[in-house]
Amino acid sequence: MGKVIPISGNYAVAYAAKAADVDVIAAYPITPQTAVVEKLSEFVANGELDAEFIHVESEHSALSAVVGASAVGARVFTATSAQGLLLMYEIMHIASTLRLPIVMGIAARAISAPINIWCDHSDFMAASDTGWIMFMAMNAQEAHDLVIAGFRIAEDPKVHLPVAVGYDGFLVSHTIEPVNIIERDEALKYAPKRVTWYTLNPDKPITLGPLASPDWYFEFRVQLQDAIEGAREVISNAFAEFAQHFGRKYGEVDAYYTDDADVVLVTMGSASGTALAYVEEARKEGVKVGLINVRLFRPFPEEFIAKHIENAKVVAVVDRAVNAGSSFVGPLYSDIAVTMFKRGFDIPVVNYITGLGGRAVLKDHIDHMVKHALSLVGKKMRDIKTHYAFVGVRE
Amino acid sequence: MGLIAERSLIELRFHGRGGQGAVTAAHITVDSAVRDGFWGTAFPFFGAERRGAPVAAFARLSRGRVMTRSMVRNPDVVVVLDPSIMSYVNVFDGLKDRGIVVINSPTRPNISREVKLYTVNATRIALDLGLVLAGWPLVNIAMVGALSRVLGIRLDSVLESIRNMLSGRMAELNVTAAERAYHEVSEIGGG
Repeated sequence: MGKVIPISGNYAVAYAAKAADVDVIAAYPITPQTAVVEKLSEFVANGELDAEFIHVESEHSALSAVVGASAVGARVFTATSAQGLLLMYEIMHIASTLRLPIVMGIAARAISAPINIWCDHSDFMAASDTGWIMFMAMNAQEAHDLVIAGFRIAEDPKVHLPVAVGYDGFLVSHTIEPVNIIERDEALKYAPKRVTWYTLNPDKPITLGPLASPDWYFEFRVQLQDAIEGAREVISNAFAEFAQHFGRKYGEVDAYYTDDADVVLVTMGSASGTALAYVEEARKEGVKVGLINVRLFRPFPEEFIAKHIENAKVVAVVDRAVNAGSSFVGPLYSDIAVTMFKRGFDIPVVNYITGLGGRAVLKDHIDHMVKHALSLVGKKMRDIKTHYAFVGVRE
Repeated sequence: MGLIAERSLIELRFHGRGGQGAVTAAHITVDSAVRDGFWGTAFPFFGAERRGAPVAAFARLSRGRVMTRSMVRNPDVVVVLDPSIMSYVNVFDGLKDRGIVVINSPTRPNISREVKLYTVNATRIALDLGLVLAGWPLVNIAMVGALSRVLGIRLDSVLESIRNMLSGRMAELNVTAAERAYHEVSEIGGG
């Protein structure tokens, strides 16, 4: 087993890419991600990692460079945040439809304007329609583990899709905590390098990403949908194998006290840690509150979530992003609400939007949400006048 | 002494100036506590920092996994690397009742509120050892030495942690600084 050392979330991600023995890294610095690629650059410079580090002039180029490298069969990695991810957005769609198993870290951060370097999920959520498999880690250990699991999943012959591993900017990226570091040999036993995707090779020429006329374009998009749906089983298996190899059990979601909860909170990222600490205390006082942490965001783990809200009387979804002007407002809320609608759950599902641009998400805020949600017990969705509220905002 | 073993959670705030190594102090504190079998998190003030400006860093130490992620609002312990910031930063803000304060100071600081006060002359220790960079005495790791005594973290764990994080002469000078501060830190009675 690896050793446990206190390191930052960013370093945990860099150590994971190193353990996965990546061949090519291309990156452009942006807060709060920068330390990931700084550390990887150091590993390459001092000979600890035999990889090509491509210093590029923008994030658009960073993702383009790893697309090219992946297309010739390299194991590739990049990381970014916020505006950098938005600049990659165009290439993200290309990476997924070309079916390239890229793994990327996203230190989640707010989007300009006004400029703000702190945590929320605006960047991560903006990438949710790109056909990438997307995870959100709760802490540095998870960020480390999910990068390694990410390669295993991305490169699976049944998947061949890029994987993004989100982790909260500063709250995880800059927090130092004990991490059990996976060593290279163990990582490669779990996620061996096997090139099973179509690659560019002058001896066996193929074309990737040519023009597809109306005769064919549609089929590519359907294949992408089939691939990401098909990834569900691979992800479950990859988590089961991960537990066998490393002893740490991950699920698509985590559920706490949901069996008899009146209110089930649904959270993502580091706020799940604070929410869990709150729930543990509230349970001691007899408050019937439960918690679901959403680890896998794409493909959305509907079945797992549905199972844990079966007995709930109110579902309270916490979002750290706003889809302004939409019918749902919070992006996580939209997936939860559709999950419930499809199964005929006629209980209130409400949305609390909090922690934008680094505003702290405190136990007091969670308490406010839970108390409000408890006041809705017994109501139907049609009785709810406003389905969302901003928590922790100036009046 | 032995606070770390008595409490289920200890929250700490470190005050210093940008570039003085407050984050490193928090990091080594956690690294040392982990070597003693505890769990912990260390993190900077989440934001942009300038060299010389007052900064804060934070740590949480616990017997079990620390779940809470937000910045520390009500610390149990405050560590002041540079006492000169106390004239314009309220380092006691949110400090719990009968909280612990560890200050780098040659004299007994004038503090109006009731705290458990410890001082150590970390600047003197740094100057004696020639631990000076760009004209700044490097006091951060000496302060960890003093703090470890107050919390009940084993000195050996601190020294291991320093040697793991630094190398060569810097490691050995800081080891000496931490050892000296560990032995020299003293509790100032009353408040």
